[in-house]
Amino acid sequence: MELTGAEITVRCLADEGVEYLFGYPGGAVLHIYDELFKQDRVKHILVRHEQAAVHAADGYARACQKPGVVLVTSGPGATNAVTGIATAYMDSIPMVILTGQVPTHAIGQDAFQEVDSIGITRPCVKHNFLVKDVHDLAATIKKAFYIATTGRPGPVVVDIPKDITMARCEYSYPTSVSLRSYNPVVKGHSGQIRKALNLLLEAKRPMIYAGGGVVLGEAAAELTQLVRSLGFPCTNTLMGLGGFPASDPQYMGMLGMHGTYEANMAMQHCDVLLAVGARFDDRVIGNPKHFFQEDRRIIHIDVDPSSISKRVKVDVPIVGDVKDVLSEMSRQIAAGTQKPDAAALKSWWTQIELWRARDCLKYDRTSAIIKPQMVIEKLWEVTGGDAIVTSDVGQHQMWAAQFYRFDKPRRWLNSGGLGTMGVGLPYAMGALLAHPDAAVACVTGEASIQMCIQELSTCKQYRMPVKILNLNNRYMGMVRQWQEFFHGNRYAESYMDALPDFVKLAESYGHVGIRIEKPADIEPAIREAFARKNELVFMDFITDQTENVFPMVPGGKGLSEMILV
Amino acid sequence: MRHIISLLLENESGALSRVAGLFSARGYNIESLTVAPTEDETLSRMTIVTSGSDDVIEQITKQLNKLVDVVKVVDLSEGEHIERELMLVKVRASGKDREEMKRMADIFRGRIIDVTDKSYTIELTGTGQKLDAFLDALEEGAVLEAVRTGASGIGRGDRILRV
Ligand SMILES: Cc1ncc(C[n+]2csc(CCOP(=O)(O)OP(=O)(O)O)c2C)c(N)n1
Repeated sequence: MELTGAEITVRCLADEGVEYLFGYPGGAVLHIYDELFKQDRVKHILVRHEQAAVHAADGYARACQKPGVVLVTSGPGATNAVTGIATAYMDSIPMVILTGQVPTHAIGQDAFQEVDSIGITRPCVKHNFLVKDVHDLAATIKKAFYIATTGRPGPVVVDIPKDITMARCEYSYPTSVSLRSYNPVVKGHSGQIRKALNLLLEAKRPMIYAGGGVVLGEAAAELTQLVRSLGFPCTNTLMGLGGFPASDPQYMGMLGMHGTYEANMAMQHCDVLLAVGARFDDRVIGNPKHFFQEDRRIIHIDVDPSSISKRVKVDVPIVGDVKDVLSEMSRQIAAGTQKPDAAALKSWWTQIELWRARDCLKYDRTSAIIKPQMVIEKLWEVTGGDAIVTSDVGQHQMWAAQFYRFDKPRRWLNSGGLGTMGVGLPYAMGALLAHPDAAVACVTGEASIQMCIQELSTCKQYRMPVKILNLNNRYMGMVRQWQEFFHGNRYAESYMDALPDFVKLAESYGHVGIRIEKPADIEPAIREAFARKNELVFMDFITDQTENVFPMVPGGKGLSEMILV
Repeated sequence: MRHIISLLLENESGALSRVAGLFSARGYNIESLTVAPTEDETLSRMTIVTSGSDDVIEQITKQLNKLVDVVKVVDLSEGEHIERELMLVKVRASGKDREEMKRMADIFRGRIIDVTDKSYTIELTGTGQKLDAFLDALEEGAVLEAVRTGASGIGRGDRILRV
């Protein structure tokens, strides 16, 4: 039987096993919406802004590994989605975004709600497709899912002109795809793995640095096993939190611009560095010139060859799936006779303990004004360290990363690469759909939360009991911090004037709002919020306006040049 | 250093802009870029002349390989190769210059492919350097118009780039 393009689109999603479709309707996609209406295999989540549709689908993907799927209309629907797509792209999140397009005969005529979606999204997608014939539709959607989820994952856009959704053809969903131009490498080169192990086992001051690739590659267990069997220190990047358990004594805390003193010092002074699914980002190693050490050897495992030797020259590159490579390394260590140099390790750990004793995350616990760090610590206590925590971008994000100790992967969702304010609430929505029984907390700031505040309405409609912790310092705190440190205390446009009453705002959307002004009230408020299992609770914490995030590696400096408290 | 990179890519609309977009987005140099379909009509062959340090060239080839439409990438300058460029140049050819211009074309093995009483159009093939040399050899003001294709390249001997 022949189906219309719209029917085919929806059937493809269902046959692909898509559970949720995040979207917003409009002219170019009305036939697809019509088909969604007639079925119940794919559930549609209606957001209040297309940017949030992409963020929510992205959050869903981060929380459960399955690709996030989005449907938006042409023109403004597509352009509103771009920030979300770029955010997912920078963090390598598997997503398929279907954008409506004006009919093929109208393309290029400046038709109503026409934009060149393929052109606009090209630099921020893994790949994109314009469907020009209904006969190609199913195969294209299959390819999109395949490309999005394999190799280094990423968002794929499929642009579907309206006439294609009306045209008919036979439908069958391809069971497999093969693309001659796209064959991601899985297995690491065995010779390179052996070389890496030789270096690691001879190391005097080894360090393991693991990034988001460990989380995306489902390799946390393999990493943990390897790190423990070697007895080496391990640090996670902002994107890699939970990739190695924070409660493990070998964990050094996060590294980077706001990383711990011990992690940054160990990165700088190690003699063998094993980088796993990480990309030596500027926020992570600072200035590569300062990071460079003549006698340090670097091993880098990554599924994307272009991540290797991009910012830092690597001695032993291993291209492959991190899960595969790490388990092969563990296997070879277990099978071999050589063990790490115990005496050297002992003195390396003595040095590390000295750095640790610097207690770089200390803050004033006796303050009469709420310290933001304490809110995160209490959140960790109340949720037993087992919540899914999303954040926006700013100081609150860094405090959440530093003070919520993640033991498992996919519990920490944030925009690391693009640093997109506004992701926190939609990420929490996606996480709740992926794990309906999980405790989901959104740590945000009064500036960031206003970038997608309209989603409180979506949360009401779909009964999403997100717990929002708004660290309200009346400033774009991170901007204010930079202005304090580097711009002579000139707080240009970083004061958040005319703030809404967040309690009333939450209530007007039908949620619960609580304002917390005293340190003693932090814990009871968080307890109450989580006790209200089925309700969204907006906690507005009035925090110390002057608090800064420490340690801090100023832009352009080396990792050991930290500003400390 | 100057490099000449050859690629095979899917002959699909948009493939060219992915490559061009990559170069502009990442700030890589393009000296020239040529592209046309191959004997296999599903594939296009592109030749890019670029320059950069070894690290930059390594990134360029990796980034090109990462593009989903790109099937194969070869840095021709890593081995023996041949490169050729075609130039069509319209030159002043009146009075006493007319004979001289014909001689110059002959010396450089150019062919005169169009003639008016004031001008010749010369077709010339060779390396970029040879074309430069021809233009340099002409008298000031002799060139009325010049069109160059940019270099195309192929490996020497049995080196073959195909799927
Ligand atoms: C969309 C977007 N615009 C601007 C910025 C730049 N920026 C980074 S942090 C920040 C301030 C965030 O303030 P708030 O949400 O209140 O968090 P705080 O730093 O106070 O914890 C800004 C404006 C950004 N990251 N994203």
